Amino acid sequence: MKVTLIDYGAGNVPSVERALRRLGAQVEATNLAQKIAAAQSLVLPGVGHCAALITALDARGLREPLIEAIGRGAAFLGICLGLQALYESSEEAPTLRGLGLLPGRVTRLPDEVKLPHMGWNTLKSVRASRLLESVSSDAYFYFAHSFAAPAAGNETVAVSAHGREFVAVLEKGNIRAVQFHPEKSGEAGAQVLRNFLRAAA
Amino acid sequence: MSLARRIIPCLDTDGTRVVKGVHFEELRDAGDPVELAARYNAEGADELVVLDIAAARDNRPTFLETIRRVAEHLAIPLTAGGGIRSLETARAVVRAGADKITVNTAAVERPELLSELSAEFGAQAVVLAIDAKRDGTGWQVRIRGGRQATALDAAEWALRGVEMGAGEILLTSVDRDGTQSGFDTELTAAISKSLSVPVIASGGAKTPAHFLEVFTRGEADAALAASIFHDQAQSIRALKEYLRGNGVEVRLPC
Repeated sequence: MKVTLIDYGAGNVPSVERALRRLGAQVEATNLAQKIAAAQSLVLPGVGHCAALITALDARGLREPLIEAIGRGAAFLGICLGLQALYESSEEAPTLRGLGLLPGRVTRLPDEVKLPHMGWNTLKSVRASRLLESVSSDAYFYFAHSFAAPAAGNETVAVSAHGREFVAVLEKGNIRAVQFHPEKSGEAGAQVLRNFLRAAA
Repeated sequence: MSLARRIIPCLDTDGTRVVKGVHFEELRDAGDPVELAARYNAEGADELVVLDIAAARDNRPTFLETIRRVAEHLAIPLTAGGGIRSLETARAVVRAGADKITVNTAAVERPELLSELSAEFGAQAVVLAIDAKRDGTGWQVRIRGGRQATALDAAEWALRGVEMGAGEILLTSVDRDGTQSGFDTELTAAISKSLSVPVIASGGAKTPAHFLEVFTRGEADAALAASIFHDQAQSIRALKEYLRGNGVEVRLPC
């Protein structure tokens, strides 16, 4: 299984790469537009500030090839900011345009709880999905974020909660994404990555 | 769905080997960081912290190779620190495999470091380590591995650190560190209540009851310990079962 890992300088690229390799995937980390445009399966990792992701994608001219590849059916997995980037916009960087593949706006979690939402939390399933196949319903996943997507859309397959409910896992055709870090979520996280690799094969 | 309290083993290293000491002194060898990391990963640790405690003392560059080797064996978050004074060093540590960086003395000497790290990696990757020592009714910030006093109040410094960009506070009681007499729950609660970010309590852990106390009375979001895990005096799984039995939400791996 060959996976193209979009490497725009995000902090978690090496650990995502390691986690995919451990599962037997052949990983190519790249920031070249033509490789992304031609990819069969794409992983967009991300951690930190969403402006860093959006500006890095645009600075390298990766927005269009990425949207094109997804449009022609390449399997896509977004991780953390890679999930948030799919929406139209984010409160974290109000002047920047998201990828706009999903409707809605990413907003900050409520200030009544400690932020970042950092640590291990569980999910509540909304509907069946490929990504959560063979994952126990009480499994914990590692989160590290302060902003999150609304859980309203029909792409939502599982939510988690910290101050409010938010999208933890989504699937819409060949687009899949998780707000948590599967590369840091022990065996449960490895199962999610394995499910992506299977769905992409 | 609610956030689990975290148990975090800490590997204090001299750059290559795990060492331990009392009150930051009298260091002795406690094992291979890679072996210990793999064991904790399998036993259900929620994160791992690896520190180069010799870096601050000897002004040596950090221990990138150790981070690389440890990260290779982990499927949980890794925090690394010790001697990180610049964005360049932090970048190398992150590239070597750390998910978060922890800074202590360097942030006291130049608080802007926190903003620089936060702008580059995000607040969730910036852990401000504070070594606090009881001083009258409050706590004083100590630097250089706890050996040097400062004029800073720990609670004030923690607030300032969060404003500057820290996404988490690793709070060590210098009075309790290495004594195995329990966490300083008063210190932990005072800091945790005043902050909008998670607090990791450290220093003094020995029994499961110490952890229960720091999560309840101390309001800690996470608790860190070193030697009790290294010696296998305390298994992480048994500790978590005890905590869950006492009503604390923890992640029990299958």
